[in-house]
Amino acid sequence: MAEAISMSREEIGRPFARAFREAIYAGLVSLGLFVLLIGLKTDQNIHNELILVQRWGVLAIIVALTMAGRFLFVAFVQPAIERRSAEKSRAAAKVEKGFVRRNFSTLAIIALFFYPVLMVLLFGFQGSLKWVDNFGIQILIYVMLAWGLNIVVGLAGLLDLGYVAFYAVGAYSYALLGSQFGWSFWVLLPMAGIMAAFWGVILGFPVLRLRGDYLAIVTLAFGEIIRLVLINWRDVTNGSAGISGIPKVSFFGLMSFNVSDENYIAKVLNIAQSGAYYKIFLFYLILLLALLTAFVTIRLRRMPVGRAWEALREDEIACRSLGINTTTTKLSAFATGAMFGGFAGSFFAARQGFVSPESFVFLESAMILAIVVLGGMGSLTGIAVAAVVMIGGTEILREMQFLKVVFGEGFTPELYRMLLFGCAMVIVMLWKPRGFVGSREPSAFLHERKAVSASFTKEGHG
Amino acid sequence: MATGTNMNKPILSVEHLSMKFGGLVAIGDLSFEARRGEITALIGPNGAGKTTVFNCITGFYKPTEGLIRMTGRDGNEFLLERMPDFRITAHAKVARTFQNIRLFSGMTVLENLLVAQHNKLMRASGFTVLGLLGIGGYHKASADAIDMARYWLDKAELLDRADDPAGDLPYGAQRRLEIARAMCTEPELLCLDEPAAGLNPRESLALNTLLNDIKENSGTSILLIEHDMSVVMQISDHVVVLEYGRKISDGNPEKVKNDPRVIAAYLGVDDEEVEEVLTVVGDEHVIHELDGEPDPAHGPSASSSMMAGPVSDTIGHSNGDGELVRVSGEASKALQVDKRSTDKSSSGKGKRRT
Repeated sequence: MAEAISMSREEIGRPFARAFREAIYAGLVSLGLFVLLIGLKTDQNIHNELILVQRWGVLAIIVALTMAGRFLFVAFVQPAIERRSAEKSRAAAKVEKGFVRRNFSTLAIIALFFYPVLMVLLFGFQGSLKWVDNFGIQILIYVMLAWGLNIVVGLAGLLDLGYVAFYAVGAYSYALLGSQFGWSFWVLLPMAGIMAAFWGVILGFPVLRLRGDYLAIVTLAFGEIIRLVLINWRDVTNGSAGISGIPKVSFFGLMSFNVSDENYIAKVLNIAQSGAYYKIFLFYLILLLALLTAFVTIRLRRMPVGRAWEALREDEIACRSLGINTTTTKLSAFATGAMFGGFAGSFFAARQGFVSPESFVFLESAMILAIVVLGGMGSLTGIAVAAVVMIGGTEILREMQFLKVVFGEGFTPELYRMLLFGCAMVIVMLWKPRGFVGSREPSAFLHERKAVSASFTKEGHG
Repeated sequence: MATGTNMNKPILSVEHLSMKFGGLVAIGDLSFEARRGEITALIGPNGAGKTTVFNCITGFYKPTEGLIRMTGRDGNEFLLERMPDFRITAHAKVARTFQNIRLFSGMTVLENLLVAQHNKLMRASGFTVLGLLGIGGYHKASADAIDMARYWLDKAELLDRADDPAGDLPYGAQRRLEIARAMCTEPELLCLDEPAAGLNPRESLALNTLLNDIKENSGTSILLIEHDMSVVMQISDHVVVLEYGRKISDGNPEKVKNDPRVIAAYLGVDDEEVEEVLTVVGDEHVIHELDGEPDPAHGPSASSSMMAGPVSDTIGHSNGDGELVRVSGEASKALQVDKRSTDKSSSGKGKRRT
């Protein structure tokens, strides 16, 4: 008994002693590291001679900060983390998901519908442009693309590295047909989707027999072929100069967003002229397109074809033994995924008013695939969150001009985009190897709907 | 339901089936029949080509030669060797399971059974288009599909685990689920590749019950590969024995069990011991032969006598070259039995090998 008490007393006294010890170690390590890096600096004096500047003060500050940080971490943060994890494991059985977590997607959709209104109220029409366009529309395009690719990669398990090709097909379909023949966006949107789906099938045929790495390489090549054709087929695509003057989307033909037109929205509604109307309209347009993608994906998952896609990801041979035609199943996955890519592409062309092959490089494919993998293959919510983090994160870097105060005038934060991107990716993959949402919602249930843990699902073999 | 003539025809007849992988003859000129409403077992030692036969029947391999004829309940005939694998299940109604279980482990047990009803549901949903728009009978068809899944889950004793991922089930339950999944394709012929492998006796018993239930209640004929003789002898009506890709015996379990060639094939006896086996089994020719003129080198009296010579002589043939089994046509123990019995008696048995 007495022993136990003394033990616990020691236990209480120990964190600070240990923290102090660890702080000293950390201080020594940082001193060793920084003594030459920070303590000494080579410089030129006025006579152009190399001199050694001693900065012991800065070194002391850095070392002291390291020690303090380590002390605080060991003394307070670590015990707090341990306490929390202990409590969590104790209360794991009776954890009830909060209201926000249960209704996350509904709340998110509602929030998205109010987003432009809120931005206009906060920043005014001109100020809201950046938030609606750079953040809202940009992110939603990627959400839609990633949801489209999710059908191919996440559901059917076919690794597609050339998804941007379908995006390009959609964009050029609208750009060419819209600027040459003056056809409306509303006619060309489905046409762009059909065109992209057609190319999806064209890609699908040769790769039917390929799996895994081989499939990835062929799809990668397909993406590059499309881009090179766009660059070199100058008569039609105007080469790398691209196509400009792509017509804007009209409000179902009722109102136009061209200032010179008769039915310009400001004239029709008797409001002040502003470029923000078009952006806000585009925001709602892409939001609806993205929701359409999500809706179709959710419906398809409960259809036999959706189940066959997932079964294909799990085991192709078993699929064939059950009488599923894997050829048409794969082709339908490629076509459906490509169709949504085509929709997003034609929207992209309408929003930019200009397309060039520059927009459809491999990096875009990699970015979309990264969003799908990061979000958790197959999960719509996870993918949307990943798109917000990845695309929103890179956009927000542009806003971080205050970093110039810290790192000097020459610092441009957006150049560190890829570095941060890579770091974020590594951290997420270490922390959650199956993406933000790794578990899978079953498409049908008998007694109760239970999420399938990520450890059972397969990534597919290609 | 069906006319008498159709019911009397064998559901599956395999004629002169050969499958060669390069120089290796996996199956050589195999012919057998599986009768409707029966459980036909395909047995044989490891590497006898049983799974290859299955892969030929279910279209995963294209046979080098031969015919595989499947006669449907309504009298339709399908030549399975000409059909792609998924069509065999979809149209000829042949379902199969795998030696190494192939479930959709990330999908729930129920979903596994719904995937198996893909073609039916696909038609009901108007090939997705109508179902997506919410028109047509997809809703009802999907409810029916769940009912059917529930029926088979009940049969396989998996009803309470319907919403768990298939990969989470214990091994025996996964085997039963694979059979239930195959049954959800509503097959006329169910091909089971070693369904009892790795099962404990209790699970094995449950499997026997399930298979007998399928045979009696669903009108599905079963073709079965199995190593577990207790399963084979208990439930099968007809047994076909393969060795090195050739049929060595064919008949009811009782007959096959006592066939000397089957015993030789399974026990892997020495050339010189073949006679002993034949004697034990009671091959008339060999007994007659031994009675008339005992073989001095191998007769029981000679080898047991101290006077016969050095001890090494008496055991010489059991540690010599005779134990080295080379995989060639001549390695077949059943053939050796055949050869012996034809050599010893002038009235030779017909050789199987042509």
